[in-house]
Amino acid sequence: MKNNLLWASGWSLVLLLFIQSCKSDPDPYANNSLTLSFSNKVGSDGVVLGSGNYKNAVGEDFTVTTFSYFISNISLKKADGTVYTYPQDSSYFLIREANIDSKKVVLKGVPTGDFTELKFMIGVDSLRNTMDLSRRKGVLDPGDISHDDGMYWSWNSGYIFLKLEGNSSKVAADATGNQKFRYHIGGFGGYNTKTFNNIRTVTLPLGSIVAKVGPAQQPTIEVVADIAKIFDGTQKISLAQYPTVMFADFSSTVANNYAAMFKISGVKD
Amino acid sequence: MKKSYIVILSAALFGWASCHRTPDTPTPTTPTVETLEVPQPSYFPAMVYDLKSNPLTTDGFQLGRSLFYDGILSRNGTIACGTCHQQAAAFTHHGHDLSHGIDDKIGMRNAPAIQNMAWEKDFLWDGGVHQLDLFPMAPIENPVEMDEKLSNVLQKLRDSKNPNYPELFKKAFGTTEINTERFTKALSQFMLFLVSNNSRYDLYLKGSTNAITATEKEGLAVFKQKCATCHASELFTDHSFRNNGLDMARSTDQGRFRITQNPDDLYKFKVPSLRNVSYTSPYMHDGRFTTLEQVLDHYAKNAKQSATLDPILQQATPAGIPLTDDEKLKIIAFLKTLSDDSFVKDWRFSDPGFGKSF
Repeated sequence: MKNNLLWASGWSLVLLLFIQSCKSDPDPYANNSLTLSFSNKVGSDGVVLGSGNYKNAVGEDFTVTTFSYFISNISLKKADGTVYTYPQDSSYFLIREANIDSKKVVLKGVPTGDFTELKFMIGVDSLRNTMDLSRRKGVLDPGDISHDDGMYWSWNSGYIFLKLEGNSSKVAADATGNQKFRYHIGGFGGYNTKTFNNIRTVTLPLGSIVAKVGPAQQPTIEVVADIAKIFDGTQKISLAQYPTVMFADFSSTVANNYAAMFKISGVKD
Repeated sequence: MKKSYIVILSAALFGWASCHRTPDTPTPTTPTVETLEVPQPSYFPAMVYDLKSNPLTTDGFQLGRSLFYDGILSRNGTIACGTCHQQAAAFTHHGHDLSHGIDDKIGMRNAPAIQNMAWEKDFLWDGGVHQLDLFPMAPIENPVEMDEKLSNVLQKLRDSKNPNYPELFKKAFGTTEINTERFTKALSQFMLFLVSNNSRYDLYLKGSTNAITATEKEGLAVFKQKCATCHASELFTDHSFRNNGLDMARSTDQGRFRITQNPDDLYKFKVPSLRNVSYTSPYMHDGRFTTLEQVLDHYAKNAKQSATLDPILQQATPAGIPLTDDEKLKIIAFLKTLSDDSFVKDWRFSDPGFGKSF
């Protein structure tokens, strides 16, 4: 009798452990998701590549032909003050105005909770800038199709964090008659010699509405990037004076300005 | 009784553990791999490149060799790596002060030698690239060199039938997938294997005291005294960036400053290795000197004073390195012992038949 009981209880333990271990979904949050929806504007106007006409803070007209930037190292703060950091290897996104899909960042597996603050880096952290190519896939791969308009400096190893190009009647014409401005901002601090560091981190409180994540709730946080702020921040920037900003100290002024270009425009369930 | 309990329990644990294995990822089938070893001469410093991140194999090297000599890397198929890096000239562009790239566009600097890359810390004259695997993008995307997009190079390789690159990638890496990492690591494998350590001077270092003549030995002594601060170690470079007093009035090239934006780095360029120097004419970052005599004359009497001129060249008045004519002759005699004839003639490093060198 006692023996039978032992056997029965023993095998039920076997069965129990089998069932428990063979559950297909060990991560309770695997089906959770939160979306960051980026929209690029100039002031209150939506960006229309090529044809939209805008004015900057010093009254110069301009159009936008290219606008792309890296978002990385995303973290979210909960109402209780704890912080959830999105898995670092998957936390790199290249937002391109020319590509609608790239502007929706879907974060999968976010734990259930009420989130009140969004934090991310504009650009790519220095460590990833120096990693072996086996650790740089997708938008971090300089051979990826998303890099076709050039988000990597091959002559000075490192990612371009933000690229803004367009035309302005205030920019002096080049030999071919083009009046182009080109802002290619990058610089992670240097590999073996210290250089300027244009990595900027943005913290955006969601305000009165929290983003409630759960099995049945997949909210969208709407983020607006205002290009006008690139010319109007800690220092006003004139296109006539600075038609080309690339790998030079002045790029930090541009980075300081664009660090304040993001805001939350809403949270949707 | 107790025993049976243990049996059941261990069965239970086995069942539990068996389902906790990480799912099997399909491992690519690797046929028997023939590995290659990069020689490490005892008198060279320690290697910089991490070979564990890219173990050399015969198939990987052969793939890299094919890529190195194939014009498919350029926009219109005309320019290969081997166009400006020709083996007979120790992988420099023989006879060109500045290389001509696609559509006969003229490059910005003199093509440096490709040799002993596993010991190199930085790449390009200004050190803008800090890892060999990241290097190939620079000439590919440079508008006056190959003027192509990396993504497009990869696509052309995927579509290529002759050579059948998907098959060559499969031999080298196990599957036909062609991606950035495999592409650049194959090129690295080829370049890492280009080790030059068979000059007469190497024979001398290995103990054949008669491998170099008495005059050449005197040249070595002068060299050690007057040149070896910068051209240090048996690689003949300390891997630093220095302003060696070239007249910059004729050039807009700001050298290392371009990478660091530090005014202290204005007009500084990498100290090149002097191995195979008799093959690598013309000299300097802009190829302004065609002979070693001109180079030594520059150091002896033509170094220009400037804010970032190397302190070592400021010890003498006028600036430079005082050298007698006799010393110059002996130094040049010594430098010629660094010529590695077997390196520039090694068939393993040669063009497998693309014919893009010109």
